[in-house]
Amino acid sequence: MFENLLQILGLSGYSLKGFGPLLLQGTWMTVKLSVLSLLLSAMLGLIGAIAKLSGSAVLRVPAQLYTTLIRGVPDLVLMLLIFYSLQTWLTSLTTALGWDYIEIDPFNAGVITLGFIYGAYFTETFRGAIRAVPRGQLEAATGYGLTRIQRFRFVVFPQMMRFALPGIGNTWLVILKATALVSIIGLSDLVKAAQDAGKSTYQLFYFLLLAALVYLLIASVSNYLLRRLEVFYRAGFRESAR
Amino acid sequence: MYKLTVDNLHKNYGSHEVLKGVSLNAKPGDVISLIGASGSGKSTFLRCINFLETPNEGAMSLDNQPIRMVHDRHGMHVADAAELQRLRTRLAMVFQHFNLWSHMTVLDNITLAPRRVLGVSKKEAEQRARLYLDKVGLPSRVADQYPAFLSGGQQQRVAIARALSMEPDIMLFDEPTSALDPELVGEVLKVIQGLAEEGRTMIMVTHEMGFARKVSSQVLFLHQGRVEEQGTPEAVLGNPQSERLQQFLSGSLK
Amino acid sequence: MIELLQEYWQPFLYHDGRHITGLTMTLWLLSASIFFGFIMSIPLSIARVSSTAWVRWPVQFYTYLFRGTPLYIQLLICYTGIYSIAAVREQPVLDAFFRDAMNCTILAFALNTCAYTTEIFAGAIRNMHHGEVEAAKAYGLRGWKLYAYVIMPSALRRSLPYYSNEVILMLHSTTLAFTATVPDILKIARDANSATFLTFQSFGIAAAMYLAITFALVGLFRLAERRWLAFLGPAH
Repeated sequence: MFENLLQILGLSGYSLKGFGPLLLQGTWMTVKLSVLSLLLSAMLGLIGAIAKLSGSAVLRVPAQLYTTLIRGVPDLVLMLLIFYSLQTWLTSLTTALGWDYIEIDPFNAGVITLGFIYGAYFTETFRGAIRAVPRGQLEAATGYGLTRIQRFRFVVFPQMMRFALPGIGNTWLVILKATALVSIIGLSDLVKAAQDAGKSTYQLFYFLLLAALVYLLIASVSNYLLRRLEVFYRAGFRESAR
Repeated sequence: MYKLTVDNLHKNYGSHEVLKGVSLNAKPGDVISLIGASGSGKSTFLRCINFLETPNEGAMSLDNQPIRMVHDRHGMHVADAAELQRLRTRLAMVFQHFNLWSHMTVLDNITLAPRRVLGVSKKEAEQRARLYLDKVGLPSRVADQYPAFLSGGQQQRVAIARALSMEPDIMLFDEPTSALDPELVGEVLKVIQGLAEEGRTMIMVTHEMGFARKVSSQVLFLHQGRVEEQGTPEAVLGNPQSERLQQFLSGSLK
Repeated sequence: MIELLQEYWQPFLYHDGRHITGLTMTLWLLSASIFFGFIMSIPLSIARVSSTAWVRWPVQFYTYLFRGTPLYIQLLICYTGIYSIAAVREQPVLDAFFRDAMNCTILAFALNTCAYTTEIFAGAIRNMHHGEVEAAKAYGLRGWKLYAYVIMPSALRRSLPYYSNEVILMLHSTTLAFTATVPDILKIARDANSATFLTFQSFGIAAAMYLAITFALVGLFRLAERRWLAFLGPAH
């Protein structure tokens, strides 16, 4: 179908040379991986942030270690470290617990790895955002008798989102670009597809450029959606007079 | 005879006319105060003199030499960029919010323009700086501090020293004490008064009526972009003719 | 583990008998990329905030392109993609340049960090306190002097926290070098891993080294901030 369109436009020299489906598959894999990693890391980040802000050292110290270590080591190193070790650890765990052998497929291993790594970055984002919520609001909530969970759900979380959005957006773009590295650990993502296509047709430059464009497209769409979200979470908030 | 003449200055922001033909003549040694309500155009007029704002119509001359202007769709500009620069070095402005360069020490703030614009040597610029710091009543140890570590009154006095070190023909003051805490206003006014008594030519936008009365040789009352009344301080402030001026003065604190 | 260390300590740190490797190589990659990236970003950031559209757009497009695509793809294009074009191979200068893995790697890294740095500096220039710029103009500063004495010193200082972040991210990015066969820390770790199958230890050592460099960089930047951000005031 795409080929027909190109022919009509007279651009058939720029066709995908039959690699359309492969590239599409790769793109889908990249998007799936990014989104799932985002969700996992956001959850971990929220937990981490609450732990880091908590009064008890039992929660705070591991959280601090988590963020310091993970953010101090390159994500590629962590990916290789975790990805290759994950299966081994899981096997040791299941053996020790007497369970059956559980196998993690590469995709899930990738999600867990990326989620774990970027959970550390989200911890910092959410920590800053929670701290930015004016204290007075929390005090009012406590004064009116809301429980801790209610306070978080109705007062802290919605307001925190306004402050967290820029950081979430940034980290999302970082995750999106980090998924390009998974081809190094063998997953068939967009980069791998582009490389395969390029090498078979001797047009590596062209296909890599195409892959770059796809990332650019996803990034641009993300930016647009993020701006809309920012507007949503800003409702009722007036910018301070400049 | 006149140090500075500004003739029939007009300025508009889009369809809104802010200055509707304001003129001013300053003899050497004149201290001219511009007073008026917010929106009367007094600050805009002052800022047009050194072209921080772009007027739309009018004429200006410094030391009887007319300044050549060109018109374009944005307004009226000084014809030659070098001439604008020369003009600016002869007029030194003190701003309401001080506008000291925050990343530089006090000494660097004062010596920057003399060195980089006038070409004064580093040694001489620093000598001037210490001279003028002393003149505004600041101890020399202030020279190595950053502006953020000084009080508002001290910062404004540094700003005055910065203006003085350019050894300008005319000093322009844009509401120099409006941003200061009340207890710091006095120290700055004292310095400005000293400069006036020395015989410097100064044009000042201010809300301090009592001070204006004390130091000025001329007072201009602006209302909605026009000069409503003008004359000696005794005449304008002591014996206001127009109703609008009377209203304005009764609304002021002093 | 001990054997691993005995066998690989030298390549990890600086030399494997033939080339510079490991820590030395990583630091070299980081320094070269940051150096070129920084130098290019100064004029680019000024262009980025220009009011003239045809000056601003090319730079905007450049940063959009290089920040919106993964560094890995940029590296692949530089290292494998460009060299696959016949026209490049036929031109002697280009051919010699793009043949060398190191050249391609540093080029890709420098272009990438320059894009981020340009945006950081451009943001700081835009955030310049308007009054200070006015005062500079009122005192006769204009053109390059205005930028050299007032705008850039202020913007560069205020960028320090964000720039330090970028340098550390660049350090992390150097790990991609091994895909272009440049022997940095990660490459040695992978070699050690394939030889000994001690995955956790091999990569663990690499992780520890990166951690150490990161801490050193953070410490250095903190010192720099104490000196160059002192002007921000007593609360600092």
